[in-house]
Amino acid sequence: MSIFAVKKRSLKAMFLPILCLVSACNVDKDQSLSDHSIVYCSEGSPESFNPQTVTSGTTIDATSNQLYNRLISFRGEDNTIAPSLAKSWHVTRDGKMITFYLRKDVAFHQTDYFTPTRFFNADDVLFSFNRILLPKHPFHQVSGGKYPFFQSVSFSTVVESIEKINDHTIRFKFKYADSSILANIASDFAVILSKEYADTLVLKNIKREIDTLPIGTGPFKLKEYRPGAYIRYATHKKYWDTPSTLEQLVFDITPSNTSRLTKLLAGECDVIAFPIAHKKIKSKPKLQLEAVTSFNVGYLGFNTLKPPFNDVKVRQAVALAVNKQAIIDTVYRSKADIANSLLPKTSWAYDKNTRSQTYDLSQAKKLITEAGFPDGFTMSLWALPVQRAYNPDAVTMAKLIQADLKKIGIKVVIENSLDMGSFLEQLSKGEHQSVLLGWSADHPDPDNFFTPLLSCSSAESGNNRTFWCNEDFDNLIQQALETTNVAQRKQLYSQALAIISTEVPLIPIAHSKRFQARKNIVKGQLLSPFGGIDFSKVSKN
Amino acid sequence: MLIFTLRRLNLFIFTIFLLTLLSFSLSFLFPGDQLINISGQVNATPKQLIVLAEQYQTNNNIFQQYFAYISHLFHGDLGISMASQLSISTEIMSFLPATIELTLVALFIAMLFGIPIGFIAAINHRKATDNIILSISMIGYSIPVFWLGLLAILIFSIQLGWLPSAGQLSLLFEIEHVTGIQFIDILLSDSPYKWQAFQDASAHIFLPACVIALAPATIFVRLARTAMMDVLDSQYIRAAKAKGLSFKQIIYHHAIRNAMVHVIRDVGLQFANLVTIAMVTEVIFSWPGIGRWLIESIFQRDHTSIQGGLLVLSSFIFIVHIVIDFIYAALNPLARESRHGT
Repeated sequence: MSIFAVKKRSLKAMFLPILCLVSACNVDKDQSLSDHSIVYCSEGSPESFNPQTVTSGTTIDATSNQLYNRLISFRGEDNTIAPSLAKSWHVTRDGKMITFYLRKDVAFHQTDYFTPTRFFNADDVLFSFNRILLPKHPFHQVSGGKYPFFQSVSFSTVVESIEKINDHTIRFKFKYADSSILANIASDFAVILSKEYADTLVLKNIKREIDTLPIGTGPFKLKEYRPGAYIRYATHKKYWDTPSTLEQLVFDITPSNTSRLTKLLAGECDVIAFPIAHKKIKSKPKLQLEAVTSFNVGYLGFNTLKPPFNDVKVRQAVALAVNKQAIIDTVYRSKADIANSLLPKTSWAYDKNTRSQTYDLSQAKKLITEAGFPDGFTMSLWALPVQRAYNPDAVTMAKLIQADLKKIGIKVVIENSLDMGSFLEQLSKGEHQSVLLGWSADHPDPDNFFTPLLSCSSAESGNNRTFWCNEDFDNLIQQALETTNVAQRKQLYSQALAIISTEVPLIPIAHSKRFQARKNIVKGQLLSPFGGIDFSKVSKN
Repeated sequence: MLIFTLRRLNLFIFTIFLLTLLSFSLSFLFPGDQLINISGQVNATPKQLIVLAEQYQTNNNIFQQYFAYISHLFHGDLGISMASQLSISTEIMSFLPATIELTLVALFIAMLFGIPIGFIAAINHRKATDNIILSISMIGYSIPVFWLGLLAILIFSIQLGWLPSAGQLSLLFEIEHVTGIQFIDILLSDSPYKWQAFQDASAHIFLPACVIALAPATIFVRLARTAMMDVLDSQYIRAAKAKGLSFKQIIYHHAIRNAMVHVIRDVGLQFANLVTIAMVTEVIFSWPGIGRWLIESIFQRDHTSIQGGLLVLSSFIFIVHIVIDFIYAALNPLARESRHGT
């Protein structure tokens, strides 16, 4: 046995250095790199590094607030518009002209691939917006010439021209007043690029690099990107606002839900996107789980041009027969708020007095008899073929609705065989009877829920999937856009919500929540109800 | 020694020949067009296909085709990956070092634990210690590696939070890819956080290497036990005892060295087993090695990568095998003289 003892001692001696390596023996805590870095485990690779050209949330998360600034931005709980690259602005009384006074001494990123020689000025603003507006702009067609957000808000129809008054003053002229325009300019998509960088790219004849090797004014600059693996950002030390206390920010691209959870529990990620197993995270004292109700809505829309849903009583009857709470519990696993109206509670225009459809079978049965269908009818219900935050599982939702409507004698045929492309195309042609769909707002202005979803003009373009066109409603939302008085706008939107509630072109079902988990040592706000994640105010202690 | 070397070289050339033959025939056996399978050019235009057919001589007889393939191999051209359209040789060169690193560390751990424990078992032959060691090693050998890997992650990463569960190095550290072997790259880099990166890399390799090491370690236990028992039974040990040497002296000065020689010979055989286990473990621990890459290629039906990967991986195992044979021969003069190989 003496040999055994010797062996044991020598083993221990052999093992000590290894143990030392693994357990961080003599590292000075202050110098540890992880104290000055954040690893964010994100759910996917960005498609581009320019938010102007995309709508996907993953790309917005990775780019907008990290790399860029906008002229103006949303601040605070009520999302008021605050200065950013523009230190102030002035809107003329008729709302047709906005003059922005730009901040001086704003430095662009200095990276391996670009060294700026001048500060930010009006030329950069002009370049960034003209790229979107002017089809003949040298950069318009780079990356496909698609600017989906700006197209969806008809930006080029609203904006007449943009003028440079002097190096630090710029003026936007509009064809008509639109009170959501400031919100559009403050949205995550309206970022400011560097004209000087673009010019150097033209000289080198590598224009497409403007969207793949980004240069912005934001709190972080791109250092390295490996698609499918990671994005490494370094802190922009000359950031015009308070520079981040971090040294670097790393996006660890981890598409699998379980891997993200494992990495959080093992301490490899400081923050993770879209966590699963909420109870497990809550049970760990070193972790915390946050949620914000997003600016989105999942709804059941009726094609109001096709019978039987051209009859308002039928629509009302269906609205009364759908058990929303059961859908929230099953489809959203209680990770959503029940939708009483089109607008989520976090919107300033939300009106708690809007009458919502409550689950009432006898009333539903009565209405459907009144409408002339005492024995019910057969309808088709199209289910969204992809997973979205506002509707994580449309097929299950459709099955629940199928069971609900059976109780009032309506037979539902679920249609879910289409791929997303043809699904959207056939919807815009109005080939559906009813559809489960949703909407994510791009900015907090309440108009973003009304005009794109239910206005007559979008019914014409096919974006209004209900093809519902109500003149009173259209007038109300138009008036709301023409005034800048918030109290007045709120009152107009309340009336509009009341019309939706009685006319029921669609049944709002849920406003989903966005979840996120982080270590307690990560401080600062990261999430807002709309738009992407923001690391500029985050620190570690 | 010359004859020994020549014999090994002969074996090497013959095996590589068979391997290339296998890999060449795979391009016919895989579904799809042979030319595309062998080159990986899935998006080639008709014009490019004509050039490719010329290069691989697909219009000539099978021998010429094989020689065209071999000449591509000698130029380091394994075709391009059907999935990523990147050159397979560069992909392999970026993934293989990580696997080499992981398997070597695992081999080291397996030997470090397996061999001494085996010796202890042999010394305590037919005693309780021996039985316990044998039972534990039997259990260890029977545990499937994927289950052990998940269990290790569950305990050490998720429950205890001691060790990372995925990857080779925390993304915090920027280490330039020079050799691909993380520890060497870290030491070569001029990062101010070198020491932290080194610790982090050690923490990352610890769990997967231990998981891989378990099964080979149990085999080493048994090999070492048998070898030691043989040695302890031999005449010269009896002679040493008769001379009046203490038990400690016998073990340290005579038995261990002689038993080791026999164990080393089998390390080469175990290496193939080790690499197989490493492939599965790489998937579980998201280790950026060739095993994970190869398994991904299988999922993606990336025939060109599978061919190239198999060829390189088996050559690698074979080379290690031969190197260990040489070490064995250097340690044991008897092996060099043996006329019939080992």
